[in-house]
Amino acid sequence: MSEFLRTYLTVGIFGALGVVLVGAFLGLGRLLRPSRPTPAKTENYESGVDPIGDGWSQANIRYYVFALLFVMFDVEAVFIFPWATRLEAYGMFGLVEMAIFIFILLLGLLYAWRKGMLRWV
Amino acid sequence: MTLILAELAWWQQTSIRVVVGLVAVLIPAGTLVYLHLFKLVSFMQSRLGPMEAGPYGSLQLLAEVGKFIQKEDIVPRRADRFVFKAAPFVVLVSTFLLVVVLPGGPDAFFIDNDLGIYLALAVSSVSVIGILMAGWGSASKYSLMGGLRATGQLIAYELPLILAVVGVVIQAETMNMQGIVLAQADGEIFGWGGIGNPFVITQFVGFAVFMIAMQAELTQTPFDMPVAESELVTGYMTEYSGLRFLLFFIGEFATAGVFSAIAAVLFLGGWYVPGLDPADNLFNVLGPVVLMVKIVGLSFLIFWFRFTFPRFREDQLQRLAWKFLIPIALANIVVTGVLKVLV
Repeated sequence: MSEFLRTYLTVGIFGALGVVLVGAFLGLGRLLRPSRPTPAKTENYESGVDPIGDGWSQANIRYYVFALLFVMFDVEAVFIFPWATRLEAYGMFGLVEMAIFIFILLLGLLYAWRKGMLRWV
Repeated sequence: MTLILAELAWWQQTSIRVVVGLVAVLIPAGTLVYLHLFKLVSFMQSRLGPMEAGPYGSLQLLAEVGKFIQKEDIVPRRADRFVFKAAPFVVLVSTFLLVVVLPGGPDAFFIDNDLGIYLALAVSSVSVIGILMAGWGSASKYSLMGGLRATGQLIAYELPLILAVVGVVIQAETMNMQGIVLAQADGEIFGWGGIGNPFVITQFVGFAVFMIAMQAELTQTPFDMPVAESELVTGYMTEYSGLRFLLFFIGEFATAGVFSAIAAVLFLGGWYVPGLDPADNLFNVLGPVVLMVKIVGLSFLIFWFRFTFPRFREDQLQRLAWKFLIPIALANIVVTGVLKVLV
């Protein structure tokens, strides 16, 4: 296995170890803690009164436009990082290209701004 | 240390790294909780803080863990049990994976990957899923609202966080965390290389944006709308009790420590101190200590803001991210790029 892939194996080992440790910690707690569930105890918390309706109630999210904008800028970040490492080599050409790219994305943000999408309705 | 590590087989090196990584999460998190949460806030509020457990209350955190471990674990009966129980795992593992990219010295690193900081940014956004799982799985109205608010906030502030890093990457010409440290050690500011080039000097706009976005990513006050106790009890953590609540709590402070470490590497030169040769073997021992000092310094800023500022309203919070921080971060990228090519 190459050095490069091995670093990801290390990352994988760290991830697996994290799961095991959290599991072990919770398992230790399981041995030490009491468990006497009652209907009142396992009820959802709603400021002390009995919960009304379903917990998964309908809520106005208001974020879905933000989610779309987020995807747009996140994809931009994917393109911008490789460019940033090699900027010296690209020189003026790379700079102008990326300026155009950022400008187009800013137009998108400006459009959403003008449409009032960034305002809390 | 170089010699010792180089002679070991790969699995032995990895085992050592795993153990060190575990220590690298627990010691900063414990120190930060004691130093900043227990003591700093107490002094700010003219009180002593914990004094009973150990000298000056230094073992208070252990006492707290001992208390939480005996608490009954209550899972609400309407909750989606699997999602409810899996959420703390997702949050903590994403924190633990962040540690992997941190370099502690020229040879004291966990991984030496050319995608270092990019990997860290990718992994850090996984915790959003854990928080959304906690909010959704609890089947409680407070949790659901808190989870949705947290998601909206975290994705909004992730963009300035990522874009602020681009300026550093342009200057360092690499995404490798080790390379970023060396670029700062060997760098010079307009021809003067006396203290290298800590990017906090040349990337001060990026640093400011990064620190503000970091505060929001950690949902620390003034960006703690998702856990606003006056409206949402404790937001997505409302239904969690005992050990699972403690796991979220530890995760919050461990993430504060790890993010401070990432900021220290990106902007303050990581394990390097000016005046010494960065290839010096001394740094394998001194480096982690230097990094820890920088972590404590940066996290002091986080907690100072946390205990001084009032909470942002939800709309102010979104406005700050989309209308100020993202355009500023983009302008910073363009200016840095122009200066890099022309100067």
